[in-house]
Amino acid sequence: MLDCTPKEIKERRGGVINPAKTCQPIGAMYAALGIHKCLPHSHGSQGCCSYHRMHLTRHFREPVMASTSSFTEGASVFGGAANLKTAIKNVFEIYNPDVMAVHTTCLSETIGDDIPSIIKSAEVPEGKLVIHANTPSYQGSHITGFSNMTKGMVNYLAQASSEAKKERVNIIPGFVDPGDMREIKRMTDLMGVKFIMFPDTSGVLDTPMTGKFVMYPSGGAKVEDITDSGNSKLTIALGFYASSDAANQLERKCKVPAVTLKTPIGIKATDEFLLTLRQNFVTEVPYQLEEERGQLVDIMTDTHYHFHGKKVAIFGDPDIIIGLTEFALSLGMKPVHVLTGTPGGTIGGSQGIFENEITGMLNEAGIEGKVKAAGDLFGLHQWIKNEPVDLLIGNTYGKYIARAEDIPFVRVGFPILDRSMHPYLPVVGYKGAMRLLELISNALLDRADRDAKDEDFELVM
Amino acid sequence: MAVNEKDLDKILNRYPAKVKRSRKKHILIRDSSMGQQEIEANTRTIPGIMTNRGCAFAGCKGVVLGPLKDVVHIVHGPIGCAYYSWLTRRNKAISEDPEKNFLTYCVSTDLQESDIVFGGEKKLARMIDEVVEFFKPNAITVSATCPVGLIGDDMQTVARIAREKHGISITAYNCEGYKGVSQSAGHHIANNGLLEWMVGQGDMEEPPGKYTINILGEYNIGGDGWEVERVLKEIGYNVQAVLTGNGSYENLINAHVAELNLVQCHRSINYIADMLEKKYGTPWLKVNFIGIRATCESLRNMALYFGDEELMRKTEEVIARELAQIEPQLEPYRKICAGKTTFCFVGGSRGHHYQGLYEELGIDTMLAGYEFAHRDDYEGRDVLPCIKPDADSKNIPELHVVPDERRYRLKITAEKMAELKDRIPLGNYKGMNVTMKDGSVIVDDLNHYETEEFIEIFKPDIFSSGIKDKYIPQKMGIPSKQLHNYDYSGPYAGFKGAVNFARDISMSFTTPTWNFIDPPWKNRPMLEGTIQSCADNCSE
Repeated sequence: MLDCTPKEIKERRGGVINPAKTCQPIGAMYAALGIHKCLPHSHGSQGCCSYHRMHLTRHFREPVMASTSSFTEGASVFGGAANLKTAIKNVFEIYNPDVMAVHTTCLSETIGDDIPSIIKSAEVPEGKLVIHANTPSYQGSHITGFSNMTKGMVNYLAQASSEAKKERVNIIPGFVDPGDMREIKRMTDLMGVKFIMFPDTSGVLDTPMTGKFVMYPSGGAKVEDITDSGNSKLTIALGFYASSDAANQLERKCKVPAVTLKTPIGIKATDEFLLTLRQNFVTEVPYQLEEERGQLVDIMTDTHYHFHGKKVAIFGDPDIIIGLTEFALSLGMKPVHVLTGTPGGTIGGSQGIFENEITGMLNEAGIEGKVKAAGDLFGLHQWIKNEPVDLLIGNTYGKYIARAEDIPFVRVGFPILDRSMHPYLPVVGYKGAMRLLELISNALLDRADRDAKDEDFELVM
Repeated sequence: MAVNEKDLDKILNRYPAKVKRSRKKHILIRDSSMGQQEIEANTRTIPGIMTNRGCAFAGCKGVVLGPLKDVVHIVHGPIGCAYYSWLTRRNKAISEDPEKNFLTYCVSTDLQESDIVFGGEKKLARMIDEVVEFFKPNAITVSATCPVGLIGDDMQTVARIAREKHGISITAYNCEGYKGVSQSAGHHIANNGLLEWMVGQGDMEEPPGKYTINILGEYNIGGDGWEVERVLKEIGYNVQAVLTGNGSYENLINAHVAELNLVQCHRSINYIADMLEKKYGTPWLKVNFIGIRATCESLRNMALYFGDEELMRKTEEVIARELAQIEPQLEPYRKICAGKTTFCFVGGSRGHHYQGLYEELGIDTMLAGYEFAHRDDYEGRDVLPCIKPDADSKNIPELHVVPDERRYRLKITAEKMAELKDRIPLGNYKGMNVTMKDGSVIVDDLNHYETEEFIEIFKPDIFSSGIKDKYIPQKMGIPSKQLHNYDYSGPYAGFKGAVNFARDISMSFTTPTWNFIDPPWKNRPMLEGTIQSCADNCSE
């Protein structure tokens, strides 16, 4: 398994081996599915749309509906305007969404298609909307695509209709699962704070089995709500990489102050989220949430010896692994390898933001670890060969490293293709942290059971 | 439940006029009394229609090249294309030397904006150097993605220079996603490259054993190829190369020594099958190892080709033994499946080849079709002379192939060939249409709207297609069987595979999980009581 990966680390400049990221358009597709009655549209070769639908479907085990401009060689030479106009006409006539959310691909970006002017000259039926985002796949990662599409929602839809702001928060949840979005909403509800969440894929990509196929399920952020978000008092962007751009745009456009927090994974980040709501909306944290927190702390303290001091390697999307690293530190674990495939700064901005943030956390805890943005899993595997770990946390692609090095493995993040249930249940919030703790403890304890000699095989652990 | 022209018209009427005109030509109701029914195929996809098709890159790197296990496949482009074709296809492989099996690796030049602006050739050259250093592969392929053709990177030259520098086979494939209209263009481009640069590079002059064959168009999905090879080896065949399931550069370079080429997936591999015949004189036989009857027929046809008594006797012996083993296992599954119906919409081959296996379980195919097949896969190869290349197919290069000076050898005489062609599908494929029942529907490039409509009309008991449409019928309570990746099961080919298939299909029907769709409170009133007559209770 992965027998060609050498222990000796050499500088590589030819590209990526075993990626820890993918390209922008799939992030845009996922974000667009978080608008109610929206059909995402891929403006490029039909391969892109097929691949993205395939990948999202495998992670969610749900229908993922999206259309494509189906570029041919001719369109690549003369431009894709005709394809997009035809697609818009056909999509509204045959599939009748309320919104079409167009994102670009490296093909349409390289040939320089001007989407806004194509949309203007297209036949868009009365009362229907076409929004867009530029999502070139040779920039950033799928997280950037999610961010760009969400910013597109702000650009096209958000309006401030009056000077006075409503006593309500906008929440941009970032690239998390529907189960996470539900949990964030639940906590906000318990805090007694009104909210608009967008995008919101809960009720879209985690729908129940009812015996009927519904092309546009009942979930998703309503267009009116995204429009009204311009009148909210505050926007909380959860996750710098996925959400802050859109929140800042909303601030610029509609004068809604934006605050960026970590994705609320782990106890500290969840505390921060609740504190932000508490301070801004002058509402006390209810006992129900305090109880959940207390339960989490209870089990953390009671079972700390299951995981204390264990070395862990964490990889995945930057917002997720920032929270995971912080939680691992809260548990007394040692995150010695932290890697994301997403570039670590902002597009055209300063690099190193990611490395700085993680290294700061590790330094505070007195841990020496390797941190990298724009890295790949070939590199992570080499790190692990040089400094083995007790646990690997990441998406399904990590299983090959876990097998090669015989490491206990916990699946968190995107995509998870070889297990189920993850889109329905949270990893955010106190409840999510309990779930994470269960996954981590089970992995470590299963390994202890597996390796124990008969005489050391414990009944109680 | 059958469908007629009126039903079809009702479905088509929903479309805008232009779309209706186009789709009408791509859908047929099978009617054997009409003789040869024409269907349009391999044409441009209608933008916005919600097709299942992919692109040329997928067909080239994903389907044909990807399974070659001792080759490192570099993807030249932004990260996505490499990522989505990384282990996502279940072409299994084993290598004696684990350091010569690269299937778990995904290699991409990960083009960034500066590469798009200034060109990515230098980066590609660097990546090739790094691959040679880390992996020491037997060969390297480089596949292009959409931007490569547009920015003008000359991959062929980069590959040539690298080839000279490193002394190993390094080949480039211009399979940009916008080429052609589907995965099909990519198959063709890959076939060209394999023939031009790989087959014949080896030193073998004579076949290493009796009855040496190649298996073309078998990708070992879920181990299909292994199950087929098991039986072939029992009978006494020697498999030189498989294109390309569990395949290797090492075996491919000597594929020219085979006495016969078998073709399983006609669509993706017919190009090289024809070219191998032109270049080396090796005929190809259309086989189908999906389904018991088809497997037996294919094995018997192969033995007939070689015309050897001993081989024919051994064939019958192995068939008898295999059948004796699987028949009792199949009985309980046949009981569960009998009388049911299915749709078979797959890529370019399985839409046809699985119908027989389904039939052996007692399941009828009501609708079938292909994503990216051409007219010959529907109507048979006789229609080939009538197919005119269009704007999209004109740019897919046709290799001009001549008999190899040294190695061309007619494997059987022209007379023998003519005689055999009457009895076995030598160099011939009759297509899917002719095997389908009257009243069944044949659809080319089925889209989502048509999927919903046809399910509504036919109400199939099981829906066989791919991942993108799997969960739509599932949400409707209809079991959906993926035939591209077998729902991560298999093998389904050959004898043992038929039992696996029967088991899995039966499982879809018998799983008790379907019984819980309606919550109990949906069909039970909240309040129950009796109505008493007023006379007893009114205080009037």
